[in-house]
Amino acid sequence: MGSTVFWNSLRFVIAVLAQVLICNHINFLGYIDPLVYIYFILLFPFNANRSFFLVAAFILGLTVDIFSDSGGANAAACVIIAYIRPFVLRFSFGISYEHQSVKLENTAFGQRMGYIIILTVIHHFFFFLLEIFNISNILIILRNTLFFSIFTILVITLSITLFSRKNS
Amino acid sequence: MQQIINFLIKNKNFILFILLLFISLIFTIQSHSYHKSKFINSANWLSGGIYEQANGVSSYFSLKSENERLVEENRRLKNILYNKEDSLSTVHFIDSTSYPTDFKLRAAKITKNSYARSNNILLINKGSSDSIATDMGVINSKGIIGVVDQVGGSHATVISILNSISKINAQLKNTNHFGTLIWNGKSPNIVQLIDLEKVVQLKKNDTIITGGNSTLFPKGVPIGTVKDFKLNTTENLYEVNVQLFNDMTNLEHVFVIENLHREEIDNLLAPNN
Repeated sequence: MGSTVFWNSLRFVIAVLAQVLICNHINFLGYIDPLVYIYFILLFPFNANRSFFLVAAFILGLTVDIFSDSGGANAAACVIIAYIRPFVLRFSFGISYEHQSVKLENTAFGQRMGYIIILTVIHHFFFFLLEIFNISNILIILRNTLFFSIFTILVITLSITLFSRKNS
Repeated sequence: MQQIINFLIKNKNFILFILLLFISLIFTIQSHSYHKSKFINSANWLSGGIYEQANGVSSYFSLKSENERLVEENRRLKNILYNKEDSLSTVHFIDSTSYPTDFKLRAAKITKNSYARSNNILLINKGSSDSIATDMGVINSKGIIGVVDQVGGSHATVISILNSISKINAQLKNTNHFGTLIWNGKSPNIVQLIDLEKVVQLKKNDTIITGGNSTLFPKGVPIGTVKDFKLNTTENLYEVNVQLFNDMTNLEHVFVIENLHREEIDNLLAPNN
């Protein structure tokens, strides 16, 4: 239990610092940055208390918002995906995830990708909706959602594969 | 009563979700209106300090181009110094011969640059302890950069001209026709000048400078050149694409301008007078 808290706190700090110091300055093709900090939300223990999880996601989003001066766009998008995560988990991994302590690193590749893609796309869509905050720019919102999602999914999938502790 | 409490306990996650979403939406709406993002900004000791540390490392990578810019500015200033009689006939940064306002410049350094988003906000390493205040203009040797927004103890945020809420008074050099400088969020090198009267004789590569109508910037700070222009939908005002002199993707040393007569001007122009 203690080590779970420790690892998740560490992951929180690393996610924020990696986002604001490295990933916000990549500007691939001029404007594409991966929003990798949602890594923390994707990997948060599946059996954790839901209220606590919502608050943690809110604080994570707000911290990134403070650093990148984006108001509350990250916080809102994080709270939304934190709230819908149980439904997405059930959809991607089936009902079984509730009864056993499934770890993301040990799931089948296809199921894992489905889970990551759904949450990332939803997060990015709401993030750009609130960041651009102008419905007449819906094409820019959708274009950003698509390109940023591809980049984020790539980076997150790679880092899960790289940093996973071999199946325990 | 019992049922209400039961209902609340049963749906506590949903209520918490709605509450947190509501708070974030309030912060979002505040950030999209001018000077409202009081709590959520990077001008605090934690984020400001972290950005300053990171900038201490990353500033070494741009030392060369930054030195070249300083040499270029020194050359220009030396030119003015050694050819004093010329300095009256050409328009420079602060045209004190035609506009007797007093401006005070303070040097600062950009610790967080941003240009790829639709609302870009920069962070500088000077704050209220260095007499920086809200609504001061920020420029560098090549042109305008933005306006100071929130001020912390030793850091301040700057609304870049690459921001959808930025509106800056600008005019065509050598005429007194002015318009408003905005940004459509597309390219970090091109901003838009709107509301320019149709009677203006516009040509490609005409220079755009700041107008003296606002108290943010002195008159005559360079902005950019006319890239192309067209009439707006009502066919009586120009919309001009302006190619910036500044490379907004590579900024380091900047000046913060304080208008010493600002209060007086604002009082005179206040609507109840």
